[in-house]
Amino acid sequence: MTCFELAELVTAYLDGALDERSETLLVVHLDGCPACRTLLDQHRQTIRLLGPAAPTAASTTTLAPAYREALLTAFRDAPR
Amino acid sequence: MARDVPLPPDDELVERLRGGDEAAFGLVLDRWSPSMLRLARSFVSTNATAEEVVQDAWLAVIQGIARFEGRASLKTWVFRILVNTAKARGTKESRALPFSSLLPEDEWPAVDPSRFQRAGDPHPGHWNPGQQPQPWMLPETAALNTEVRAVLVEALTALPDRHRIVVTLRDVEGYSSDEVCDMLNISPGNQRVILHRARAAVRTRLESYFTSAAAQHQDAP
Repeated sequence: MTCFELAELVTAYLDGALDERSETLLVVHLDGCPACRTLLDQHRQTIRLLGPAAPTAASTTTLAPAYREALLTAFRDAPR
Repeated sequence: MARDVPLPPDDELVERLRGGDEAAFGLVLDRWSPSMLRLARSFVSTNATAEEVVQDAWLAVIQGIARFEGRASLKTWVFRILVNTAKARGTKESRALPFSSLLPEDEWPAVDPSRFQRAGDPHPGHWNPGQQPQPWMLPETAALNTEVRAVLVEALTALPDRHRIVVTLRDVEGYSSDEVCDMLNISPGNQRVILHRARAAVRTRLESYFTSAAAQHQDAP
């Protein structure tokens, strides 16, 4: 397996979706290739940084108060 | 704002919602609406339409909560309703996003091919000397770092809609592969191709940010 090929398989590897042979080839490659270990690590860091705390908190998107009120009213008036 | 307070467990939440507990409804409404608005915006053409989609989805939740069976989590169920509402609205706007097949935008290499050695070089397909990824100087508080957050938001905004939807559901909202395939009606293989492309684009953006941040750090007296 080359570094170029490994770079395309990172997500499948992290999802546990590789067949046994590809996974073995990938793990063996990683063992001998610090640059690809860094690439894999950066994918993990990317996933962690994307996680709930990051972009969500940066955005100010909220439901307009009028919609919020209308929904609370709809909830109050719903038949149950 | 309300993000820090943990929501009650699903069974308690569902019971309170069914019993007409307005405080419980306000809690989930405020907690989930921002993500729902951002997600809906990827399916429809304007912010105003996205707001209508989110409102329609919540109305469907109010009407349907009695029928919620608890096979998925409450949040997954609510988001599935949102995705269905948003998809239907997108179709009406002739803006249907095809998830059943792959598009050319899904099939670019994850890393710029020029960073690898070519046929004829000593190690074809391996990193070019000097082009290997360098470890990132990630501060402990990077997740809270305003600049990093801005880079992430920018990277997500620049993605094609389908890519943003998949990576948002998987990595920002934390849904499993199975849940995302179910919500979007997409095959696991295609979902993974799109997710990989989206993550690779975000990684590339972060890489150039961390590289220039490290260079600035070195230049500093």
